[in-house]
Amino acid sequence: MSNNSRDRILLASYVIIGLFALFAIRLWQLQVLQGKEYGKISMGNMLRIIKSPAPRGIIYDRNSAPLVKNSPYFYASLMPDNLKQVNIQYLADILGINAGDIYARINKKGLSPFEPVKLKEGLTFKEIAAIEARRSDFPGLIIDIDMSREYLYGDIGAHIIGYLGKLNPSQSKNPEFKDVPPEAFIGQWGAELLFDRTLRGIPGERIIEIDALGREIKLLQENPPVKGEDLKLSIDINLQKAAEEAFAGRAGAVVALKPDTGEILGLVSRPSFDPNLFARGVNYSQWTALIQDKKVPMLNRALQSQYPPGSTFKIVTAIAALNEGVITPDTKVTCTGGITYGKWQFGCWKKGGHGTVSLHKAIVESCDVYFYEAGKRLGIDKIAEYARKLGLGSETGLQLVKERSGLIPDTKWKHEKRNQQWYLGETFNAAIGQGYVSVTPMQMAQLMSVVANGGLIYRPVMVKAETPLQPVASVNIKPQVFDLVRDGLYGVVNEGGGTGGAAKSSVAPVGGKTGTAQVVSIRKSSHQLPEKFRDHAWFVAFAPVEKPAIALCVFVEHGGHGGGAAAPIAKLAIEAYLKNKQNSSSVAQ
Amino acid sequence: MLNIKINRRLIKNFDWGTFFIVVLLSIIGIMTIYSATRPLLPHEQPNYHIKQIYWLLLGITALFFIVSFDYIWMSRFAYPAYAAGVVLLLVVLLAGKTGMGAQRWLTIGPLSFQPSEIFRLMFIIVIARHFLELSGTMGLASIIKIFLAFTFIPLIILLKQPDLGTAIILLIMFLSLSIVKGLQKKVVVLLIVIGVISIPFIGNIMWEGLKDYQKNRIVAFMEPEADPAGIGYHINQSKVAIGSGGILGKGYMKGTQGPFRFLPEKQTDFIFAVFAEEWGLVGSISLLLIYLALILRGLDTALKAKDEFGRLLAAGITAMFSTYFFINVGMTLGIMPVVGIPLPFMSYGGTALLSNFIAAGILINIRTRRFELFY
Repeated sequence: MSNNSRDRILLASYVIIGLFALFAIRLWQLQVLQGKEYGKISMGNMLRIIKSPAPRGIIYDRNSAPLVKNSPYFYASLMPDNLKQVNIQYLADILGINAGDIYARINKKGLSPFEPVKLKEGLTFKEIAAIEARRSDFPGLIIDIDMSREYLYGDIGAHIIGYLGKLNPSQSKNPEFKDVPPEAFIGQWGAELLFDRTLRGIPGERIIEIDALGREIKLLQENPPVKGEDLKLSIDINLQKAAEEAFAGRAGAVVALKPDTGEILGLVSRPSFDPNLFARGVNYSQWTALIQDKKVPMLNRALQSQYPPGSTFKIVTAIAALNEGVITPDTKVTCTGGITYGKWQFGCWKKGGHGTVSLHKAIVESCDVYFYEAGKRLGIDKIAEYARKLGLGSETGLQLVKERSGLIPDTKWKHEKRNQQWYLGETFNAAIGQGYVSVTPMQMAQLMSVVANGGLIYRPVMVKAETPLQPVASVNIKPQVFDLVRDGLYGVVNEGGGTGGAAKSSVAPVGGKTGTAQVVSIRKSSHQLPEKFRDHAWFVAFAPVEKPAIALCVFVEHGGHGGGAAAPIAKLAIEAYLKNKQNSSSVAQ
Repeated sequence: MLNIKINRRLIKNFDWGTFFIVVLLSIIGIMTIYSATRPLLPHEQPNYHIKQIYWLLLGITALFFIVSFDYIWMSRFAYPAYAAGVVLLLVVLLAGKTGMGAQRWLTIGPLSFQPSEIFRLMFIIVIARHFLELSGTMGLASIIKIFLAFTFIPLIILLKQPDLGTAIILLIMFLSLSIVKGLQKKVVVLLIVIGVISIPFIGNIMWEGLKDYQKNRIVAFMEPEADPAGIGYHINQSKVAIGSGGILGKGYMKGTQGPFRFLPEKQTDFIFAVFAEEWGLVGSISLLLIYLALILRGLDTALKAKDEFGRLLAAGITAMFSTYFFINVGMTLGIMPVVGIPLPFMSYGGTALLSNFIAAGILINIRTRRFELFY
């Protein structure tokens, strides 16, 4: 062997030993210097924490009728890693979605190839069957089950029950929602929003070992989800349903209260929306359609619309005048169809006049002239004082939506806001609930509740009271005043010539008062006008008259006369509640 | 009588060292394959380790068979065997079974094997045989002639398959053998100059000739973070596996990156990463030392060979083992591009194991017969 050859082989040995040293250094670098770091990555590779949403508490009505249920639904997701092995067009056809949409979802920002991407939620059994029949064509396609909320009564009670939605961007920054899994649904409206904390329970956590395909290998730790607490609303779904259906497509509101507690028995705002639309996430076009709808279904008219109360306000004027002693039950006023004050005419709704009327008849037949006189004797500041005492002109305090406060004008208000003095003519208008006076249906329901219970003001609540609730205030008004007014209100419904005859019920004696709020100041028969110029119809009522169990306010937008449009709704609502109450109390016995 | 006498002498001089090293590496390999493919879900029960044990037994048998005849006979069959090998490569190219986007497999009855794994031995033998006819150091003309005669055609076929890994190894073995044979100084200088100048050109031509996935691998090697979910994923996961092993390792059967499939090709190309995760720095360095022992002993065998044919064969085989080893381990360590070649004796794969045992048999044969001239 030549020495050269030997030298070359020896040289090769040194080169090889050098390379080994290099590899050893690299191993040192990876396993010692960066070992901890890679150890962490390797643990993260292996472990996943899967949060599972807790079953949501069920919402019931006051008689324990479920209003919602949790219903399972299926969704399909795909492992991005398997994209190439799947005929996407074929899959898209089965699912009835756009193939481009699938690609867009999967190619969205730095997804891990092993993190499933949701393709479609709410699969039908037909779709699932079509997929399962060709399972081998779709590697990496996962069909999973999740819970969704189903609103059993659709748009009935939607404004008070509310709906669920995915966390919105501002909520996901809020620490209050840090326990909520990213794709989970939380309350976004109504009771679902207000009582979300208790309804949603505590999400479960599963710490699992997974392989690179995301398949579960071993369960390391499991904290099962804790079901949310159930919620019993104060509403009576029968009342709610009867009232909403009675609207028959018209817009408006109903608020029904339990006079001895302040519990809301019904809260209607029409038009409504179907909360089931939101159950699996509302899409942009559906949402904008709802928001831009000219009928404003998302507006809660019970709390957020304020209008002149019309003649229903005469209850306030009557209470104030009696309590102040400016009139007695025997005070008589002659109505000739209107009065003249200076150069202005103030008409009575009855052109021919009511003749000589006492308080009782004035209430029953809603004589405007009588209340002009009562208003004149009281003065605007007294009227305003009583109106406020009875709960008008300020928020009632129900934390459902941002409530409007209405307006009760007086001389001070006019001076401050308009920098003008108060005119007597304006007192005439205010005394019969026109002019500057405006109220919400919720306030009118509360007024009716105070009349019904003889002077106690309760804060309206939407959760069924398990213990008796205490009033927040007691108005200082003589009991006989309420008796006289209630007697008049009974007459409105039950006596000949009464304006509220449409509310007369065989189930229980009803007392009430009609009201018509002028939209345009022309005295023309309402049904001859285009709907948007028609007057708003009011009706406030309570029943049974001797021992009131319900007080309510019905408001129908552009409904025309209160007696014609609103009173029948009140009747249906009252009957639905009282019948059901009789049924449930007979069951209890 | 003669036979017995020869056998006794053979047994006395038998190269137990090399034999012990390759069997040890194979057993470590089978253990690692077992751990890497151990089932995590009950319905998946792979039997890679069982198959590999059968191939090991076949390999050991082949090794002893090779050792039993003087390696000189190989020089007689060198040319026809080489020609047959090239034909086999062509058959694979035209009729082979496609696996992982490349045609490397030939199926005969129940057996399927990779002719390129066998061919690399025929290549070493034919080059060594041909060098015997040359005296002194080689000039530029003869090296080009030999390259065109024996290397060019198989290289093209392999690139066509495509089997970039084996093609690179063929080229490196050719250069190693030429160096051991001896090159004129001016040729060495010229080769270096040509090499340096032509890198961009060859690089460009090769780059254009590469399949997309091969290009991706090289891009991923340069910038593994550029595409962590795609091709760079292999390299990152391999580093995670090795790095997370730390100093003492997670323990045998306790590695997670392989069995949990974060590491692809875990029982073949990335088996070193699986081993390093479970045995840590201590185990990895020990394994490196075993390979170092195999390679140094191979070089020592080349030094001690009784004739030039033996020396060239031993040098060629050692160069082959070294190249496989450095490219494979370098790749798992993230310091070499991913070219998909197995780790000798440890990676799962029957043909490769058999071929490596035959190669080890030739090494042992040469070492065992190193004193033959003196008898």
